[in-house]
Amino acid sequence: MKSAESGDGAGPVVSGQDLVVRRGGQLVLDDLTFSIDGGKVTGLLGPSGCGKTTLMRVLVGVQTVTAGTVTVLGLPAGHPRLRARVGYATQAPAVYPDLTLGENLRYFGTVLGLRGRRLTEAIATVVARLDLGGLDRRLVATFSGGQLARVGLAVALLNRPDLLILDEPTVGLDPVLRRDLWSLFHGLAADGTSLLVSSHVMDEAARCDTLLFMREGRFLAEASPAEILKRTGASDLESAFLALASPERSAVRQ
Amino acid sequence: MNGEITVSRAFSPALAGATARRVLTQLRHDPRTIAMMVAVPAVLMILLRYVVSDSLVLNRVAPEYIGVFPFVIMFIVAAITTQRERARGTLERLMAMPLGKLDLLAGYGIAFGLMACVQVALVLVVSLTWLGVTLPGSAVPMAVVAVLDAVLGMACGLFASAFARTEFQAVQFMPAFVLPQALLCGLIVSRDHMTPVLRWLSDVLPLSYAVDAMQRITASASWTSAISADVAIILAFTVAALIGGALTLRRRTP
Repeated sequence: MKSAESGDGAGPVVSGQDLVVRRGGQLVLDDLTFSIDGGKVTGLLGPSGCGKTTLMRVLVGVQTVTAGTVTVLGLPAGHPRLRARVGYATQAPAVYPDLTLGENLRYFGTVLGLRGRRLTEAIATVVARLDLGGLDRRLVATFSGGQLARVGLAVALLNRPDLLILDEPTVGLDPVLRRDLWSLFHGLAADGTSLLVSSHVMDEAARCDTLLFMREGRFLAEASPAEILKRTGASDLESAFLALASPERSAVRQ
Repeated sequence: MNGEITVSRAFSPALAGATARRVLTQLRHDPRTIAMMVAVPAVLMILLRYVVSDSLVLNRVAPEYIGVFPFVIMFIVAAITTQRERARGTLERLMAMPLGKLDLLAGYGIAFGLMACVQVALVLVVSLTWLGVTLPGSAVPMAVVAVLDAVLGMACGLFASAFARTEFQAVQFMPAFVLPQALLCGLIVSRDHMTPVLRWLSDVLPLSYAVDAMQRITASASWTSAISADVAIILAFTVAALIGGALTLRRRTP
């Protein structure tokens, strides 16, 4: 079913070369060269404001890029053919509060090219996966924070994208829901989906297959949690992040 | 993952239709807004009827107001709806999906155009029966021009919303964009009696042609080439505003 370029752990699904993004004269992404492997959960970890959202916006093609190239699933980031293959969930749920859950899913599903029975089945699948059963006819405006976050994810999962880009999907959610979402992410990865998941909470880092540690628009490390721990000699990933971040801090940049 | 490639087209009637249905469904969940959109012009006409008690004067000014009220209401509704779409993040989500800009604009156009038809139908029925406004010819030309004015207001509102960073600013565009037009369109002082500078300003504002067309309709029993010229100018402004709306609707933002 899967095309070669979409992963199965075979080579990168995303690669960036000398990526620079400036916004209002400020350097947000500072010459990033990186790659993200297919069929894995890659964590993009770093403090708020370090450029995680900007990088994710570049990958889905809604961010103006200053310099550099980014390839996603073998095509330039933002290529029209990628729009149905890359799923994106922003920090805000980005759904219509004045529509019911069913109306939201039907509209976004239609936009993603699903029709008729395929649309109905896709909706049933994401509703079951995200435990949103029985809420079909309720206005999204009446949903709790946890339900809202799941609606945002449900839309991103609708057309079973090859690459899922999730911006802080578990922030502010209760521990049970967070655990369930992480097991969902790993389930999707096992089915061959590649995921890039951002977080500023370090205890989520251990749940990822690979990590991108980010600070002030640069990567501090690109490796698996075990490798980062080994390299830094730290006992946990939070200390590892701090150890990696401190030499940067002393070298004051222009 | 679904192994399909969705080819992106410039315009998809199915997606425009789905978007129109979505906008109308949002309105359906908000009956108070529908009631106001449909009833406010009619209520204002009733008020006008009692402010202008002389039936000869009413016959002259009522059609001008029938052209202006739907324009104003559609402007503000469209400006705020689009601004909300930006603020809630749904616009960014849609721009990362296979939805063309024209699909979105046409969807809005169809939904608000239908609302405009209902709005104009009610204001015309109230004016021509209960309020006793008489026309030299049929009511059809007036209905056509009034609906086109409403669609023009919607197009201007969509375009103006691109310049509003907040919903608060979008609301203030109503007095900023619409009131100068209301002062200069010939409603208060005849355009022929304006000083050259005011007359020139009046000539470049779209609402002037709406009022001109309404004046000609009340003066003649049949459709004239002058009315056609006014209608052509109204349509040209509408198309220009929609093109402006499409150009300011950016997939990639800084």
